Amino acid sequence: MTELGLFYVFGAILVFAGGMVITVRNPVHAALFLVLAFFTSAGIWLLLEAEFLAIALVLVYVGAVMVLFLFVVMMLDINLAPLREGFIRYLPVGALVAALVALELFLVVASDRLFGKAVYPVPTAAGAEYSNTAEIGGVLYTTYVYPFEVAAVILLVAIVAAIALTLRRRKDVKPQRPEQQVRVRRGDRIRLVRMAPEKRGD
Amino acid sequence: MVPLTHYLALGAVLFALSLAGIFLNRKNVLILLMAIELMLLSVNMNFVAFSHFLGDTAGQVFVFFILTVAAAESAIGLAILVVLFRSRRTINVQDLSSMKG
Repeated sequence: MTELGLFYVFGAILVFAGGMVITVRNPVHAALFLVLAFFTSAGIWLLLEAEFLAIALVLVYVGAVMVLFLFVVMMLDINLAPLREGFIRYLPVGALVAALVALELFLVVASDRLFGKAVYPVPTAAGAEYSNTAEIGGVLYTTYVYPFEVAAVILLVAIVAAIALTLRRRKDVKPQRPEQQVRVRRGDRIRLVRMAPEKRGD
Repeated sequence: MVPLTHYLALGAVLFALSLAGIFLNRKNVLILLMAIELMLLSVNMNFVAFSHFLGDTAGQVFVFFILTVAAAESAIGLAILVVLFRSRRTINVQDLSSMKG
């Protein structure tokens, strides 16, 4: 029963955080509420015995992606007033479509005939010697090794694309050019001139 | 013991919320990106729940790949956003109509 209570607590916090993400005025607050949503869903994934993914969600999403979001939000000097226009105007249609989608999903998903306890019985909890990380690693490096490498290439492409998009060469600064500095020869800097000696006393 | 339907219902609620967020914040690209992240999270919730109830690790591996692609997507999206803000001084979707015929 404690599991059910924990699920309801985490679920309530998750839905609250999701609602705040889409309604608060300030994008910084929205990003922080998204962090809360990721944390609570990591808690729910722990209830589902997906320990590796729960920790990966906190480390990768809260630690990297949301920090990136916060960087961008704070770096851009956004005028919020025009961005909030139409919030009230689109509220009825947005709420209507969301309610319809939720209703349709509930009709399928919450039916006991399709996904009830009779069809999907609650699995018994794994023992203390069970390691979720070892289980995922065993599958990831054998069956799914090619998709795993493709994922690595996707991350590499994302790095290259993000740097290539945001890197800019500024004309008004004079940086050092190490490649030209190391390529310099003695003849480029020194010129020996032959001069006639001067005579004194003339 | 929490039955499967509870997790699926939670994922459905989260999905509907993020869909409403796309409708409500249709001018702010930043909140749109956050709503997409929330949507992917709700899908991942379903994957993890089915993985647990079917006793199959493939669902969790798939969540791993979705996390990878979502991280790449948000990195590139935010880079595009920064470039856009540098050139236009705005992130309003309504102002980005220069490719309209």
